[in-house]
Amino acid sequence: MIAEIGQYALILALALALVQMVVPAWGAAKGDPVLMGVAAPVALAMLIFVGGAFACLVALYVTSDFSVANVVENSHSQMPLVYKITSTWGNHEGSMLLWALVLAVFGALVALFGGNLPDRLKANVLAVQASIATAFLLFILLTSNPFLRVLSPPGEGRDLNPVLQDPGLAIHPPLLYLGYVGLSIAFAFAIAALIEGRIDAAWARWVRPWTLTAWIFLTLGIAMGSYWAYYELGWGGWWFWDPVENASLMPWLAATALLHSAVVMEKRDALKVWTILLAILAFSLSLIGTFLVRSGVLTSVHAFATDPLRGVFILAILVVFIGGSLALFALRAGELRQGGLFAPISREGALVFNNLFLTAATASVFVGTLYPLALEALTGDKITVGPPFFNLTFGGLMLPLVFAMPFGPLLAWKRGDLLGVAQRLMLAAGFAVVAAVVTAAATAAVSEERGPVLAPVAIGLAVFIIAGALTDIAERAGIGRVSARLAVRRLTGLPRSTFGTAIAHLGVGICLLGIVSESAWSLEKIAAVRIGETVTIGTRDLTLARVENRAGPNFTSRVAVFEIREGGISQGTVEAAKRQFAARQMATTESGIRTFGFSQLYVSIGEEHADGALSMRATWKPFVTLIWLGAVVMALGGLLSLADRRLRVGAPKPARMRRGALPAAAE
Amino acid sequence: MLRRLFALLLLLPLALGGLGALGILGAAPAFAVQPDEVLGDPVLEGRARELSKELRCMVCQNQSIDDSDAPLAKDLRLLVRDRLKAGDSNQQVLDFLVARYGEFVLMRPVFSWRNALLWGAPLLALGAGGIAAYLAIQRRRRAAPDTVPLTPDEEERVRRILSEAASAPPPAPPAGS
Repeated sequence: MIAEIGQYALILALALALVQMVVPAWGAAKGDPVLMGVAAPVALAMLIFVGGAFACLVALYVTSDFSVANVVENSHSQMPLVYKITSTWGNHEGSMLLWALVLAVFGALVALFGGNLPDRLKANVLAVQASIATAFLLFILLTSNPFLRVLSPPGEGRDLNPVLQDPGLAIHPPLLYLGYVGLSIAFAFAIAALIEGRIDAAWARWVRPWTLTAWIFLTLGIAMGSYWAYYELGWGGWWFWDPVENASLMPWLAATALLHSAVVMEKRDALKVWTILLAILAFSLSLIGTFLVRSGVLTSVHAFATDPLRGVFILAILVVFIGGSLALFALRAGELRQGGLFAPISREGALVFNNLFLTAATASVFVGTLYPLALEALTGDKITVGPPFFNLTFGGLMLPLVFAMPFGPLLAWKRGDLLGVAQRLMLAAGFAVVAAVVTAAATAAVSEERGPVLAPVAIGLAVFIIAGALTDIAERAGIGRVSARLAVRRLTGLPRSTFGTAIAHLGVGICLLGIVSESAWSLEKIAAVRIGETVTIGTRDLTLARVENRAGPNFTSRVAVFEIREGGISQGTVEAAKRQFAARQMATTESGIRTFGFSQLYVSIGEEHADGALSMRATWKPFVTLIWLGAVVMALGGLLSLADRRLRVGAPKPARMRRGALPAAAE
Repeated sequence: MLRRLFALLLLLPLALGGLGALGILGAAPAFAVQPDEVLGDPVLEGRARELSKELRCMVCQNQSIDDSDAPLAKDLRLLVRDRLKAGDSNQQVLDFLVARYGEFVLMRPVFSWRNALLWGAPLLALGAGGIAAYLAIQRRRRAAPDTVPLTPDEEERVRRILSEAASAPPPAPPAGS
């Protein structure tokens, strides 16, 4: 019964989506406020029905209803409740339904909080949103229905893939989807602007909070996924350049570029056409990402053909939305009036530089991800594009970008003084040089193997970014130039988005510190140990204390307990395990992780040999947690920026008017 | 879908971090390099590990032989070590494996005309974007009204305003820095 209610709710949601797509757009074209007014209540109703369908699917999973095919294939009655719930989106059909749910949530948010939008813009935005919802609901109902029953229900389900039975999975996909789908709002605004043929700085102010929200979720979602892969997949890598990862990185890069170009549009009324194009591209990459992953085309070109209907449907959606929006862009972009002028050396110029490199990086990742597929489809030749390619090309493009990062916020609008900015960054550069020299000396002192020669330089670069971000704040407050009391007053008067920028940039520096340290100075020990034997890694001794069996709810695990000692002093234990899941006859590695400061000791175990020895791999990862901490700091910066009242959806008045002569205008 | 990650930044070309690749769903838990495979000579072992990261485990989903614990990956790891012990250079080992398994085995695509578009993509995107941006900025500045010279009338007004400003007390500094 629940499955049928869910199915029915989904069909009703589709009907509502069709209404929301056609009626408001018709009203906007005719200038009829009654028809345009239909959009908001319908968007709310659609959320209720899609939410209802999703709740039904969750209920089916929680009650382990094995008469539903989707539940049979992805659940098990012995699974803990939390994983029964997360199984709902741990599969193709369920994750598509989650996608549709997030889309409905965003549509409802626009309907609720878009009160200050002009009627026509709001109606068109919600109509575009509804067209996306229509496509996804059709896709779910026609090719990926999670509510299908099985003819003869089995007594037990096939269990969720054990790799996914983890708290990380509970949070990661919803976060990522909030990011992916959040970009649909920027897309809808861009299409609405093209339909109306009108766009101004206010448009950028309305779009930026939504883009910022999506970007924050994407940042956290990607970081969460990285950490999950790090501890769950068992060999301590945190980024693999897997196509599935690239699928989430590309929208992030495009969204980051969009955030920056929207600033130019909001403050200076320039880069309008480009900003519109970026909004289209960012969501297109989200769509491509979702479907690359979902269609299975990445595993092999041939997997695409295993379910032709699904594959063709996916292609059709991509063609309609990406092709359609780009065609509309080509038709109408010329009509958009261009604004503000600027010299190449200026804040605008720096943001163009940012966009140039981020876009080129996106293009590199895009080409690298799809090139093998295209080559195989066209010539039949198979090649591999692996991490060495991406590290070289992506790294090469990021290097100038992060180096330029401290300069951008210090440059003036319209026409900047690069030399003057360089002078103001002298202190930051000084810190960077000191950090590089100290790092080089310290690594040389600790061991003969210094690690890569360029690593200290990279540390210097990271310190430069961090010190540069702080310089930005100090400069704006006038620290050192005005009295301490005035500096404090100015500091508290700075708009939150200024702090947001500085903190997000700071996060990039922190992240870079972690990446460089982990890549350059990780220590690794591979050994076979018996009980009581010790391996030394860095300054610590690891002794295998015991190996024991433990029973979990739907698995058994073999746990190795290691004692950690440093200089003879015990620092407790670390446990690494292998889990055997009966239902799928699969094993997973549960790595043991102990955090010391920002660094981590990472232990995983392998085979037990006949002679009682246990294969183990221990890794010392210096400052590795900074990688994810940096991402969290970036998201925090985004959050601060979002809290800026000038960007808040309901507060369009310039803050400058209240702040008098405070240097708010400089931002 | 679920999984995915992040990495932002850079990996300077220098950083030979232990990044491998991974096959996601259905990835067997990885342990990869076994203690009995490790060579006695640390220099040779270091080269073997470096090479392992450049070689793909062909039966896995996007994993290098350094990360995979598939039997094939183990065989390849042992093969790499045998060739190194026999005195091959790194390039000779790679050439040997390409001759045997084709270019598919290389994690780093070779520089060739066939891969020109792949390797050229970053520079192409950067170059085309840079030229387009530069031309757009220049064209708009040239077409801009602020490059039109002042009329004699306007010049007279400017002179008047400036001379008034010079005799008047200095105005408040403009907001901003």
